[in-house]
Amino acid sequence: MKKLILGALALSITAGAAYAGSHSVVRMGTEGAYPPWNFINDAGEVDGFERELGDELCKRAELNCEWVTNEWDSIIPNLTSGNYDTIIAGMSITAERDEVIDFTQAYTPADPSNYLAASDDVDLMGGVIAAQTGTIQAGYVAESGAMLVEFATPDETIAAVQNGEADAVLADASFLAPIAEQNGDLMIVGDPVALGGGVGMGVRESDAELKAKFDAAIQSMKDDGSLNALIAKWEVSTQW
Amino acid sequence: MAIFSFCTDPATLETARWFVCYLTNGKHLIAYTSFGTVLLLLAITAPTALAFGFGGAIAARSRIAPLRWFGKGYTSIVRGVPDIVFFLFFVIALDQAFEWTRHQFFCPDWPDAIRQGNDFVVCQRAKLPLSNAPQWVHEVYGFLLAVLTFAIVFGAFAANVLFGAMRAVPRAQIETAEAYGMSERQAFWRVLIPQMWVFALPGLSNLWMILVKATPLLFLLGVEDIVYWARELGGTKGALFDYPHPDWRLWYFLGLLVFYLTLTRFSEIVLGRLSQRLSHGQATLAGEAQRKAAV
Repeated sequence: MKKLILGALALSITAGAAYAGSHSVVRMGTEGAYPPWNFINDAGEVDGFERELGDELCKRAELNCEWVTNEWDSIIPNLTSGNYDTIIAGMSITAERDEVIDFTQAYTPADPSNYLAASDDVDLMGGVIAAQTGTIQAGYVAESGAMLVEFATPDETIAAVQNGEADAVLADASFLAPIAEQNGDLMIVGDPVALGGGVGMGVRESDAELKAKFDAAIQSMKDDGSLNALIAKWEVSTQW
Repeated sequence: MAIFSFCTDPATLETARWFVCYLTNGKHLIAYTSFGTVLLLLAITAPTALAFGFGGAIAARSRIAPLRWFGKGYTSIVRGVPDIVFFLFFVIALDQAFEWTRHQFFCPDWPDAIRQGNDFVVCQRAKLPLSNAPQWVHEVYGFLLAVLTFAIVFGAFAANVLFGAMRAVPRAQIETAEAYGMSERQAFWRVLIPQMWVFALPGLSNLWMILVKATPLLFLLGVEDIVYWARELGGTKGALFDYPHPDWRLWYFLGLLVFYLTLTRFSEIVLGRLSQRLSHGQATLAGEAQRKAAV
């Protein structure tokens, strides 16, 4: 067994000795399960608002970008460990996350979250509310006094409401709107809640150079209105 | 992209053709290859884990104290740590260990610290795989990390099973071998090992069954396995998709159920035959029954 580990170690040390410059490829980490922000389309590729935004930002910053999907649960540890270079996954800028990673400036404004339920008389402050693990919505529900049930994927939170496991789900308004439209038995209830400080790209705290490049690219898209056009196209949030 | 020419506009298709197109779209084709990924993982992991287990069991029996401590420590520590912890953090640590070693080797005069707060930063040359490597290299690397992690975890359980099996071989067998003038090593390899397998098989077959079902842990390592795809493909698809549909996860998971039941049933048959074969000529009840039936 020792031999195997040593062998693997030796192999990994000698493998690929070609020299790579600083960020010759920027790996963009996303979840791929949160339409319209990011999802895997029918061809099996990453698609959505953030795909289009990310490609445009990379073009403006003259970076060579590649898309990677990673589970939401381990999306931050894999960034700090260097398995990809950015998180572009509808991640809201919060103080807790900012302690671990850095964020670029927000590319969408703080967007209201909504409750989605099967009937309009649910108790949002005392009932059972579903949310995705590790989201700002989960944090909000835990503090609101309601009973929080967490799920690993956005899809499961919706399913929990449909099968009665939860009274309602709290998620981004843009994610819930098309679902409420398509399902006759689900509806948006209560008032929208404003959470977080907008959605930005996550980068390693040590990666100030990359952060500056993306900050500049986002600013240029804000200035020429192309960011607003993209937000309107995918209906992800309010405009700047 | 589509395989069939009539799949250009899914919205206009009648049901049968819609399903043909839906089930052959790019996303489904990728999903089908993940069955291969899972089978390949099992095919590589099982022998590797067995080798780890064998090494661990021999180490745990060793007369050399440090080797014995290593063997015992390996089995008890790995068996005691929850799988999810292993798969979330150990893999990242393993990856960092590789990169750290490469960093010392390639960039000895790097001025910055490797650990900067929460970040783990090595020089670009030390990255594994290199960040400009094509995506498939990253995927193969992730897959190999997965195999190694699975092998270490399941190897620890296998080591414990084999350690017990080695003790289950009747002492009289070894004594007889020694009386015939075999050295300790010869008695171990020629008498103990061949007889041990029949005692180890029930435990090992349990491990195999658990390994078959543990593959969803792959997604924690970024390897997209069949359970990930069932969840992804079955989830509600809105108007953004070419093939919108409601929540079909139940059907996809039913498909997985069939796959897993077929695989485990097939394994049971193979393991049953193996057990029969190993019992042949053994001083066990099953071996005795075979001998009587043959008379």
